[in-house]
Amino acid sequence: MEEKVTEFKSLELKDIYKEFPGVVANNRISLKINAGEIHALLGENGAGKTTLMNIIYGIYQPDDGEIYINGKKVFIDSPRTAMKYGIGMVHQHFMLVENHTVAENVALGLSGTKFLNPTKEIAKEIERYSSEIGLHVNPDAKIWQLSAGEQQRVEILKALMRGAKLIILDEPTSVLTPQEASELFKTIKHLVKNGHSVIFITHKLEEVYELGGIVTVLRQGKVIDSTTTKDATKEELAKMMVGREILFNLEKEDIKPGEIVVKVENLEVLNDKGLKAIKNLNFEVRKGEILGIAGVSGNGQRELVEALTGLRRVEKGRILINGKEVQNKGAREIGEMGVSHIPEERIKYGIVPNLPVYENAVLRDYYKEPFSNRGILNYKKIKEFAIKLVKEFSIATPSIETKAKLLSGGNIQKLILARETTTKSTFIVAAHPTYGLDIAATEYIRKLLLQKRKEGSAILLVSEDLEEILQLSDRVAVMFMGEFMGIVDPKKVSIEEIGLMMAGSMRM
Amino acid sequence: MHISIEKRGYVSKRYSTTVYLLSIFVAVIISSFIFLLRGVNPFYAFYKIFQGSFGSAFGIKETITKAIPLLLIAEGLIVAFKGKFWNIGANGQLLIGATFSTWIALNYGPTHSAITTIPLMFIVGFIGGALYGFIPAVLKVKLGINEIIATLMLNYIAEDFVEYLVYGPWKGKTQYGFPYTDNFPPSATLAQIPGTRISYITLIIALVSVVVVYYFIEKTKYGFEIKVAGENPHAAEYSGIDFIKMTIIMMLISGGLAGIAGVGEVAGIHRHLTYPAQVSSGYGYTAIIVAWLAQLNPILAVVSALFFGGILVGGDVIQTSLGFPFSTINAFNGFILIFVMIGNFFTEYKIKIRR
Repeated sequence: MEEKVTEFKSLELKDIYKEFPGVVANNRISLKINAGEIHALLGENGAGKTTLMNIIYGIYQPDDGEIYINGKKVFIDSPRTAMKYGIGMVHQHFMLVENHTVAENVALGLSGTKFLNPTKEIAKEIERYSSEIGLHVNPDAKIWQLSAGEQQRVEILKALMRGAKLIILDEPTSVLTPQEASELFKTIKHLVKNGHSVIFITHKLEEVYELGGIVTVLRQGKVIDSTTTKDATKEELAKMMVGREILFNLEKEDIKPGEIVVKVENLEVLNDKGLKAIKNLNFEVRKGEILGIAGVSGNGQRELVEALTGLRRVEKGRILINGKEVQNKGAREIGEMGVSHIPEERIKYGIVPNLPVYENAVLRDYYKEPFSNRGILNYKKIKEFAIKLVKEFSIATPSIETKAKLLSGGNIQKLILARETTTKSTFIVAAHPTYGLDIAATEYIRKLLLQKRKEGSAILLVSEDLEEILQLSDRVAVMFMGEFMGIVDPKKVSIEEIGLMMAGSMRM
Repeated sequence: MHISIEKRGYVSKRYSTTVYLLSIFVAVIISSFIFLLRGVNPFYAFYKIFQGSFGSAFGIKETITKAIPLLLIAEGLIVAFKGKFWNIGANGQLLIGATFSTWIALNYGPTHSAITTIPLMFIVGFIGGALYGFIPAVLKVKLGINEIIATLMLNYIAEDFVEYLVYGPWKGKTQYGFPYTDNFPPSATLAQIPGTRISYITLIIALVSVVVVYYFIEKTKYGFEIKVAGENPHAAEYSGIDFIKMTIIMMLISGGLAGIAGVGEVAGIHRHLTYPAQVSSGYGYTAIIVAWLAQLNPILAVVSALFFGGILVGGDVIQTSLGFPFSTINAFNGFILIFVMIGNFFTEYKIKIRR
């Protein structure tokens, strides 16, 4: 093993390229971070921030490109190597042993500890750091007793005690209360004063300005710009982050929205952790109208979609479809009322990968006539139906017998859309319908949604793709931390305004 | 060096068959070492096993006798396994089915004819096994209790319960102190094919169960729901499948078929309830391997049930002729299961090694 790098002067990335099946996550990214710097990495989800950091930390290897530390070319093939070069990372989800104490967690995997009673020494070290940098945490407390903010401090301590000079924080405030977040900012400033460098991943503009320093904006795997908080205004950064490129022009007819189809009143929904994900939400969607929900994902969109489609419990409030209360009714009953759901994670929820196309074509309606008669499935009818869908929606598949997992992403999505919209849909809930798809499939799907709008469906479109939202929606609601920052007219709002609302800096 | 496990896309029939056969081959090779270690030529040992089970009329009859309960249970397990419900409790379900039907045989049988007694015994046996399968199903869907542990533990409870009955309240007055219930009256015993221990009815029911399970899985809406939930529980939730109802139906069938196997054993072979290891020599466990060797295909299960029926018979043979303990066979069965599972892994995934 080479000797440990004791001094950290700079980290430089050159033309980092990383591809995942169907997506280019990092497209020739170059960056430089010097000692004692705060470097904010700003971008929406899916912009490639986390992938890039995982490359620096040795979790992924780049397909192409080079990494230099202190001007010397290095290969970081594992987190262990990254640590050797003085790089530490605090993940969005903590990697701690819940039933162990703070000191034990810090000691875990640390080299050079004593064989007997290693935690005693560690506890002393922890207290030293506590007073020096203001990282207050009780070394003898068990992890499960700690708040999210305290657990994060343990993660930072772990990195520091492994000799990290450059600390990567991946969306560190997403799990914190505002008070904990301001504590964290103090800690970061302390660290930088002591000569450490910090890379701070975020999509919240406020935080970037609170910390100050260098900002690099990523969008769709590319560096849009590297600047500082002094040289760029919030509005400029917001625009860079969300961007706007018109791919193609779709014809959107003027339709006067009809009667109210969906009405949501004082909705309150919890997330998986039992915290409020939706706070007192009110809105309605009318016949022949597309309501776009913009926002960085993780701000309650998923919970909203699941509550509307019967997959998540509603704690408070009402959901009315054509005047009938449907909250907590279950996916099947809501589906029967003409609610179509194009799920966010299409492979996880929308299809059964190991079953053939024809069985996937009836995933939602298999139990109804003519597919099922007194519990017996009519495979002849099912196959005829599948062939019809494949033809009508031009789904590219070798045959209807092909397993759904062998279809491309765009064709899987077409299959789901075909299945969900072929019967008359009163209300369509489409979550990120074109995410990760190529241009042709994207265009097809957007046209289809406009077609459905024309036919009189009420549509709720959740998307992170602002261009898509602005192009398709009749009204746009911007979601931030479980609330609407406002419902605006896409023709009258500016991209900067939407960006500021998405980042939680403005209400309209 | 970087090792990663990746999902395979398209897998050809030829590739999966090759992997499957190869894994059985490897299991046989590894098992050979057991014989080698004792200084016995493995070819000779396998020859002996084969000869004992398929090499004579007597062997074949015994093989079929043992294949019947294996097939019945395996058909039930296939239903549960398709839904990814890991029912390890077929042995217990078999015993409870046997116990329920014993009660009918002893209390209803003496005063009624076979025409009503026998069907009633099968029905009640099915219900017994089904109820015993219902318990872990409810524990799982209502309380989230792991079904592997629940079903496994329920086996022990069933065994002890049967033991308690045959040593205690149900101990036969005419059995000279042996831990058996009284013998079943003629109206409660199953007719056998002359010269064998194979009872007509159980054989027919087992073969019918093959067709029924195949039809149930491939053609009914419940079968569809089980497949969907087993392959992708998220999609099942999305499509509005009632998970609770589905799990319960699945386990009623799975446990019920094991219960029927139990009826076949007590009414067709022993003609009384006896201590649990006698009623079922681990059929509930061996059937797990039968189901997997058949790759959860209800039709192929006929072949693999015969194969393992033969292995069980051959196990008796090497015990007497070569002096090997019967557990040798358990080791062999274990190797088959492990390697078939490993084979399944390699048909789904590939391992990539990069520098």
